[in-house]
Amino acid sequence: MIALEKRPQPSQLWTAVTPLLAVLATMVAGGIMFAFLGKDPLIAIRTIFWDPLFNEQFANYSRPQLLVKAAPLILIATGLAMGFRAGVWNIGAEGQYIIGAICGAAVGLAFYPTESVLIFPLMVVAGALGGFLWAMIPGVLKVKFHTNEILVSLLLVYVAEFILASMALGALRNPEGSGFPGSRNLKEYPPAYNAELLPGTGLHWGVVAALVAVIFAYVLFSKHMMGFHIRLAGQAPKAARFGGVQPARLILFCLGTAGALAGLAGLFEVSGPAGQISIDFNVGYGFTAIIVAFLGRLNPIGILLAGLLMALTYIGGELASFMLGVPAAAIQAFQGMLLFFLLAVDVLTNYRIRFGKREVA
Amino acid sequence: MKRRTILAGAVAAFALTGAAYAQDKTKVGFIYVGPVGDGGWTYEHDQARLAVEEEFGDKVETIYQESVPEGSDAERVITQMALSGADLIFTTSFGYMDPTIAVAAKFPNVKFEHATGFKRADNVSTYSARFYEGRAVQGHIAGKMTKTNKVGYIGSFPIPEVIRGINSAYIHAKKVNPDVEFSVVWAYTWFDPAKEADAATALIEQGADVILQHTDSTAPQAAAQKAGNVITFGQASDMAEYAPMPRVSSIIDNWAPYYIDRVQAVMDGTWESTDTWDGIGPGMVGIGEISDAVPADVKAEALALKDSIADGSYHPFTGPLKKQDGSDWLAEGETAQDFGDDGLAGMNFYVEGIKGDIPN
Repeated sequence: MIALEKRPQPSQLWTAVTPLLAVLATMVAGGIMFAFLGKDPLIAIRTIFWDPLFNEQFANYSRPQLLVKAAPLILIATGLAMGFRAGVWNIGAEGQYIIGAICGAAVGLAFYPTESVLIFPLMVVAGALGGFLWAMIPGVLKVKFHTNEILVSLLLVYVAEFILASMALGALRNPEGSGFPGSRNLKEYPPAYNAELLPGTGLHWGVVAALVAVIFAYVLFSKHMMGFHIRLAGQAPKAARFGGVQPARLILFCLGTAGALAGLAGLFEVSGPAGQISIDFNVGYGFTAIIVAFLGRLNPIGILLAGLLMALTYIGGELASFMLGVPAAAIQAFQGMLLFFLLAVDVLTNYRIRFGKREVA
Repeated sequence: MKRRTILAGAVAAFALTGAAYAQDKTKVGFIYVGPVGDGGWTYEHDQARLAVEEEFGDKVETIYQESVPEGSDAERVITQMALSGADLIFTTSFGYMDPTIAVAAKFPNVKFEHATGFKRADNVSTYSARFYEGRAVQGHIAGKMTKTNKVGYIGSFPIPEVIRGINSAYIHAKKVNPDVEFSVVWAYTWFDPAKEADAATALIEQGADVILQHTDSTAPQAAAQKAGNVITFGQASDMAEYAPMPRVSSIIDNWAPYYIDRVQAVMDGTWESTDTWDGIGPGMVGIGEISDAVPADVKAEALALKDSIADGSYHPFTGPLKKQDGSDWLAEGETAQDFGDDGLAGMNFYVEGIKGDIPN
């Protein structure tokens, strides 16, 4: 008989080893799936994990793209992790991301076609503020009326999507776009364009912001009183109250920070890689970031790595898709396996496996 | 030392064959917005890709990527495809417009073809089909067949292409049935079977007995079949598996001749940036078999309408026509211009009689 025995403390060794184990298990299970699809499993795995980083033809382009793809995930996940640690469940980062993008882009477009170095910083402020205010809706409702922030923040995503569609079709529509939806492309308006800081590196302001956010969150958690309060509120809510934590302030802080970071992610995306407000501007970063946050064990450094890993599976998946003709659905299944195994092997961190009969204590 | 020479030789030989291989075959890439099995829009583009393979055999290699989101991901996917050595890339949805233009600027030697957009460059052509011609035939059948006088329309995004289709179908339904009313539901997706089924069911519950769709899945067909006594039309693809009821006819996108032409032009070195907008006449838009659920006289009228559009003797947007707000659009006998103010390319208004607003 196999029994699980709770470890007194999570195993340090297993915390480090489990992610690797999960990647290996995914390679095996995914390889079997690819084999069933009639693809060479070794080539498929190599295309997903190796080619984006080292293939001569692609790597020079794909490697920087990892940063571009990972930056919004890391930025959003870092914000979400604070709330998740404190037991504040903001599921609506996608909406905060959209509103941040709209507010930031609107500020930039309002100045079109004037030239000023102040335009981009103003857009950044507007993006953060937009995401912050959108997150304040579930925040204030929770503090004042004890509504459930999971529900409110999630439903506000759909509201944000409709606002996005309305903006792309109405207020922000490109007046020179022959009636087609979508705003002006900010890439063609340099003062508002979030260009690569060093050409060919993929390094734009969003990547910088993501790294700063990770460092900031790391310091907050390990050194600052607020970080302690967050952890305390999550692990022992009652003790937190006695310890002088003000729940309302904590809730607003967590939601506000997450909202502002998601708003920033939206702004950097719309002013950089995406370039314009369009009806389907959002592609689910706000939801994927929830996975990234947990994949990274709600730890800022972990989130940084998890974001890069997710980005790798996206980009590698794309390569496998068109080079090997692997169906898009198989790539998604492969990503799903990775998450499944990562969470499944987590058991080993917290539990010890015992073989044989259970002893009577 | 010797081993190293052999290795170097092998590498050189490999590089040579690689280069020779690349020169022999024309590599053609396709970017799809939905899965190849959507049964509609993407399915037909993929059929055309297969037709290209069929036509050129060993001389061509095709690659494709399905379900590519129309945001910032598209630019990366198109770039990677260009990096993989593609000579010609078809980007088959409106939302790929700016990414296509951006990537094309970085790869002047690669040719690009963008479907349904309006931005061109020296190495970017645009192409689209006059689906509204097919919508006219659809509208005629819908107007004749509806008993409740309520026609439900599932729109994807309120862009000119979709609005043109709604207007064309409405004008021709109204012509044969003055009491007809259209209800439009916006799904804000090209492909989402669950949303499309919900939209169809909602429209049927409101009394619609004809469902027209501008989304790509067969879910509305299935919803209509379940409800019974509701007719539908195949969208982009024939969707013949739902014939004779609910699917009574269809608009079929036939991209194969165009794709074969363009690949040939790249092979011959005669490719040029062009803007193609073909309809029923040249065969880019097909009308699927009108099933026996449609009375013979209605079928004959519909086919006559189709023929008159095909030979150019009739334009689906012929005046007198007014806009929804009552202002004049086309005078008696005047036909709509493709471009310019109030032209078809940028159409953003309903014609008189359609209720509801275009989301704005």
